[in-house]
Amino acid sequence: MKVFGIRLPGMSSLLIWGLLWEIFGRSGLSFFVPPLSDVIATLFEVIGTPAFQKALYETGYAFVAGVFFAVSIGIPTGILMGKNRLLDELLLPWVNIFLSAPLTALVPVLMVLFGFGMKSIIITTTLFAIWIIILNARAGVMQINRSLVEMAHSFGATPWAAFTKVYFWAALPEILGGVRIGIIRAVKGVIIGQLLISIVGFGALFELYSNNFLMSHFWAVLLVLFAMAFTISEVLAYLERRVSYYAAKR
Amino acid sequence: MANRSLFLKLLSAFVVFGAWEIAGRIPVSYAFPTFFESMAALFKMMFDGSLLAAYAETLKPLAIGILISAFLGIAIGLWIGLSGWFDWLFSPIFIVMQAAPLAALIPLLVMMYGIGLTSKVFVVCIMAMPVIVLNTAGAVRNTPSSLTEMGKSFLASKAEVITKIIVPAASPVIFSGLRLGISAGFIGAILSELKITPTGVGDIITYSRSIADYATMYAAIFSIIVLAVLFLNFLEKIEKFFFAGNVRGYASD
Amino acid sequence: MLQTDNPVQDLPAGHGHSVASSNSSANAVSVRNVSKNYGTVEALKDLSLEFPKGQLTSLLGPSGCGKTTLLKIIAGLLEPTSGEIEVDGRSVDGPGPDRAFVFQDFALLPWASVLRNVSFGLELRGVAKSEREDIAAKYIADVGLAGFEKSYPHELSGGMRQRVGLARALSVDSDVLLMDEPFSAVDEQTRRKFQEDLLSLVANENKTFIFVTHSIEEAVYVSDQIAILLPRPSRVSDIIRPSGLREKDSRSIRRDPEYLDIVDEIWESLRSYVE
Repeated sequence: MKVFGIRLPGMSSLLIWGLLWEIFGRSGLSFFVPPLSDVIATLFEVIGTPAFQKALYETGYAFVAGVFFAVSIGIPTGILMGKNRLLDELLLPWVNIFLSAPLTALVPVLMVLFGFGMKSIIITTTLFAIWIIILNARAGVMQINRSLVEMAHSFGATPWAAFTKVYFWAALPEILGGVRIGIIRAVKGVIIGQLLISIVGFGALFELYSNNFLMSHFWAVLLVLFAMAFTISEVLAYLERRVSYYAAKR
Repeated sequence: MANRSLFLKLLSAFVVFGAWEIAGRIPVSYAFPTFFESMAALFKMMFDGSLLAAYAETLKPLAIGILISAFLGIAIGLWIGLSGWFDWLFSPIFIVMQAAPLAALIPLLVMMYGIGLTSKVFVVCIMAMPVIVLNTAGAVRNTPSSLTEMGKSFLASKAEVITKIIVPAASPVIFSGLRLGISAGFIGAILSELKITPTGVGDIITYSRSIADYATMYAAIFSIIVLAVLFLNFLEKIEKFFFAGNVRGYASD
Repeated sequence: MLQTDNPVQDLPAGHGHSVASSNSSANAVSVRNVSKNYGTVEALKDLSLEFPKGQLTSLLGPSGCGKTTLLKIIAGLLEPTSGEIEVDGRSVDGPGPDRAFVFQDFALLPWASVLRNVSFGLELRGVAKSEREDIAAKYIADVGLAGFEKSYPHELSGGMRQRVGLARALSVDSDVLLMDEPFSAVDEQTRRKFQEDLLSLVANENKTFIFVTHSIEEAVYVSDQIAILLPRPSRVSDIIRPSGLREKDSRSIRRDPEYLDIVDEIWESLRSYVE
């Protein structure tokens, strides 16, 4: 987008939307939408409160734990599926089912099995993230160039050396791509889990604010949450581009 | 070979459902019914008509939300893909929406629109729309430049380039965006029934949980997952059927 | 930019070397002082070139010499920064019915059958369905694809796809055919067949061909006139007109001493530009 020959940076239109938000908020047309400036002022207030920091800590903990399990179980499973045909045929239908299944429906089951707490939220997060990680790791291993495999053989690589020095790296762009999408899904999963099990983290905070009609507080937390989610996804996309150079030429 | 694949699918289903049955018999938890108990509950609901009534209720916000998202999402996506100015203005919103946990908006929607159908339709829309918009816009932007140049060199008008080249070229990706949108819409529809007001399948889940009728609860969850997966697979089959040769046929093959 | 009757229809078709006059009415396309800049990069600088009517002119040069840019400017797909293009004596500033383009990557509609692809140019000109399909069917047969009317591009080989692209360009009956490395995406044997077919096409159709290639042998084999373009800044360094090749049988050209000499001569002038 160019105005008077000057290139406007990609996300700069968000400033315009922020301005519209401010104007709309000030017009007082809706009680539910306070002006952006109020929200930002509240934001700095809220960040210091113990309630917010507790919610942030709990969410961060559930998110990191959920992603950790998804990655450490998902990547090896995916690689094994890519290498072993029998395992692949046994597991693939289930991976595909859970990839497209509405996982929110499983949260009540987790609640009755694992209680109304952190454990259920962590499992929800893992469930949201893991399937795409498995599928991408599998695809990464399966697309490894035949001649690369033959090259490793012809130079006499041991299976372990071939795996650590060739296969893993050749599949890395796909694996990282899967981890990126998985993490974005995990962000959504952790919030959905907290909303449904609304006594922990931001779920509890939302409950508190909406019961007391603290609109600026509510928006402030949303703003923080969205900004963090967006930052995470952009950072991951940046990292993925850093390794994609060798994905392009092979 | 088709037999082997079918056999393995059946074997894998047998192993999983068998494990479910055994885990339910031990039982691993007081809230873990066996597979057969759950299936019995499912058939009971199917025959007394309560499942059908519940789905009629659940699918209403889903269908309305998906229709709105599809029309609006494709229109906005086309516009973003075609106009640099519109792209600059609207893309960031949908990019942020795509990355953000929009479920967090639900408490706000409930405050603004109450606990009725409107809120639920809204939830489905905010979940489904971003991927539809972004897929459509991306597909339009990625129309092979040699095709649009071809149109121009054979004197196509601007409208003809859009209707005869860009839209057909983009349609496979638009359709898969629609499928992903519907998948997200399912998540939204169930989320809204569990979070906003228990109606339809959400009501069965919530109510049977409260009276500790776990077999019925598992049956309801099982049915919604099966329904969603079957429907999405069906859409994928349609997609493959209609657009089989569409992504191929360029010189780079 | 309506197509009018061509006032100079009485030129001997095909045997182009006989009309190498400087008379501008014998030129179907004239490029006058064309420059094209991308930002600060000069893709073409003050380039002038004449394309005689009824002949095939090749634009030959190392990669990056701007030959495709020049072709797309003639087609009206790119706008020159300065200078002008004349087609049949009239200045043009966009695509027109007097020029048809054959694309390097074929640019076929993957969702349309061969018949619709070939008739697409006529469809865009508002020709009625039955009429345009009759015309298309004729050209499909002419390029040797009879029986494939209902096939889709992905069911065809690369060579067959380019025949579809060629039939589409022929069916709109333009005076000038612009071909952008049309055979570079097909295999060597198909390519040779194409080159032979192209020679008879030039001989039988009263059309002007502008042909971009990076193959020296191909350029010498098919051309009445070869414009050698050199890069940085792009300019026409030489124009070569093989004098005796067009009378030869298409199968003996490659053994002709003149053919071999010209190929050698061009390679000598180009070799220092190839990395």
